Amino acid sequence: MNGYGGTILRVNLTDGKITKEPTPAQLARDFIGGRGFGIYFLFKEVPKHVDALGPENKLIISTGPLSGMLAPGGGKCDWTTKSPLTGGYADASMGGHFTAEMKYAGLDTIILEGISPKPVYLFIDNDKIQLLDAAAFWGKGAIDVEVELKHKYGEEYQVAAIGPGGENQVLYACINHDYGRQAGRGGVGAVMGSKKVKAIVLHGTKSVVVADPENYHKAGLALYKACKDAEGLAEWSRYGTTVVTSWCNEVGALPTRNFSAGSFEGIDQINGQAMRKEIVITDKGCFGCPSPCGKYSNMKRYNTQVEGPEYETIGLMGSNLGIADIQVVGEANRLADDMGIDSISAGSCIAWAMECYEKGILTKADTDGLELKFGNADAVFTLIKKIGHREGKLGELLALGVNRASQQVGQGSEKFAIHVKGMEQSAYATHNATAMLLAYMTCDVGAHHNRSWAITYDLQVGREKVVPEKVARIIWLQNFRPMFDVMGSCRLQWVELGIDRDLYVPLLEAITGVKRTWQDLEAVGNRIWTLTRMYWLRENDGFDRQWDLPSPRFYTEPPKTGATAGQITKFEDVQRLLDMYYEQRGWDSHGLPTPATLDTLNLTALVA
Amino acid sequence: MRLYADSAKCSGCRACMVACSLNLFQESNPKKASLNLIPHFPAPGVYEMKVCTQCGDCAAVCPTEAIKLNERGAYYVDFAECNLCEACVPECPEDVMFVRAELANAAWKCDLCGDCVSVCGTSALWIDN
Repeated sequence: MNGYGGTILRVNLTDGKITKEPTPAQLARDFIGGRGFGIYFLFKEVPKHVDALGPENKLIISTGPLSGMLAPGGGKCDWTTKSPLTGGYADASMGGHFTAEMKYAGLDTIILEGISPKPVYLFIDNDKIQLLDAAAFWGKGAIDVEVELKHKYGEEYQVAAIGPGGENQVLYACINHDYGRQAGRGGVGAVMGSKKVKAIVLHGTKSVVVADPENYHKAGLALYKACKDAEGLAEWSRYGTTVVTSWCNEVGALPTRNFSAGSFEGIDQINGQAMRKEIVITDKGCFGCPSPCGKYSNMKRYNTQVEGPEYETIGLMGSNLGIADIQVVGEANRLADDMGIDSISAGSCIAWAMECYEKGILTKADTDGLELKFGNADAVFTLIKKIGHREGKLGELLALGVNRASQQVGQGSEKFAIHVKGMEQSAYATHNATAMLLAYMTCDVGAHHNRSWAITYDLQVGREKVVPEKVARIIWLQNFRPMFDVMGSCRLQWVELGIDRDLYVPLLEAITGVKRTWQDLEAVGNRIWTLTRMYWLRENDGFDRQWDLPSPRFYTEPPKTGATAGQITKFEDVQRLLDMYYEQRGWDSHGLPTPATLDTLNLTALVA
Repeated sequence: MRLYADSAKCSGCRACMVACSLNLFQESNPKKASLNLIPHFPAPGVYEMKVCTQCGDCAAVCPTEAIKLNERGAYYVDFAECNLCEACVPECPEDVMFVRAELANAAWKCDLCGDCVSVCGTSALWIDN
């Protein structure tokens, strides 16, 4: 099949059976790849109401047609599963070089099923596929395991591994690859750990056949040229995602002390400039990327290295913890990576615990003696390790995520647990940014920004405005942006360099032989979006609009300081946003897609 | 003319390697590229690039004279005349003379097509005298 590896690999860990099947042409036509394949297999194959950490859940890893190809940022693969953190749909997009290796091994999707009786790692060298004993790696940090496996097999092999967090099933454990790229959110690493899979080692040397080699070459070079000619390339490549840090601070979007404010007095010590000056040693790109946002850093004080920190980690493990020191943020980032826990969720959990401590809801008796005040770097380092190992009372509590932790602790702490649907909110404070707030409320994995990033749009049209156009913008972004995750490429060339998205149309066509306009692609995006919604409904009895509400902090507690001091979104506006959103999506007032909508999207049979 | 690389500017993305294989073999396959990238991670955290200097040592030892000069003044492998003897491989001072029988039935090297330069977003590659 043009542009695809052509094979679905199924690995049953319970009995060790490894099988291959051809990638169905109709699946490629209807769902294209990446997260499209992920939700299709999740919905079709994982029975209703299974335990996310039990044998019936599956971990589905998918490439897309642009993965590994002459396509800027074609380094993305998608890890889909039922989330142990939220109980709903989860997919995590991972960069690096794993997806290209998978494609060149001839694989479109790897489906991990069952539970292995003992720790194993999956070894794939083209057609040689084995489950090998991982006893020697179990218990080790994700970085160490990658070092050892690369040493054993060589630089051409790509490795994705979990750390102690995944082994111990920390509910937001991640999967690490390429010394700093993660399948980060929703607990995909906990699912891998529950299956006792410590790592996947990949090597592929097969060529990928495309439909129209000449136009593929032409369209690929045209896209690279557009990226190289882009005005913003130099600035973006210098700072990567940290380029927004100071701007977020200025507009009150930088999460500060558990999202109690959106501006931080220590900004100059943690922004992109501080990072570049103090710790960055090289740029680090994912496969095929002409605009590398990855920054590789050396923290001299600790004599350690990390890829990062990204803006998200600076937000959640810097300002949100009251930390005004880029070396501390870098070291916290490295510890989270080595433990194999998502730095966004971990940062949010620690911030919540710090607020509890400062309010007297948690005491030293609860924190194993830690002085858990905002800004205490040593406490942060200790706690990251405790969470990864599920050690002590607080490590165990915070391993559950901020939603469950706050429900256990109570005493009003639920009100400052910053999440939607159980997923900790990523690094944009939304006290007065209604489009971004709606984006978080309706994102299909919980409070994550990557589906629709709209904070600049809020500023452009009026941040407090609640109008149908704003809602339409969010829906368009939700249908459009995740299509990059479907195609297997990065969206940031479009987002950050402003590349004309129409340049992708001839490239996709030359690779796959199927002509698709962006209108066609957005229709697929809408279909996938609606299917992920149906997954939430299927898995959670009584699912309704309450699930789409944000943290009360954003509609009850105006920040006391910073750019958004005194500002807040009214609760009635939160509800109005949802009403308009449901109406425009063709969902009923409870947030359920109507039968007519399912029919229009040709989903009726699939969800029956 | 030859290809130059500044390893300090390389971000390890391998776009050059895909572009190279596409021009050389009309196939997408970075394992069939004629330049190499060696990452050194997690420490010290640098990429090392290896490119052909067109020194001609490979051509000098080729028993079938399969390595010839093209119109760009670069040495290239005439696939039809290569017998896979591997005599060229140890001669290459940069380790960018490739023979991998499982991947191709001829040796391959950089023919200075320039596509790697076209796709490199960090200007780590360029062609000069």
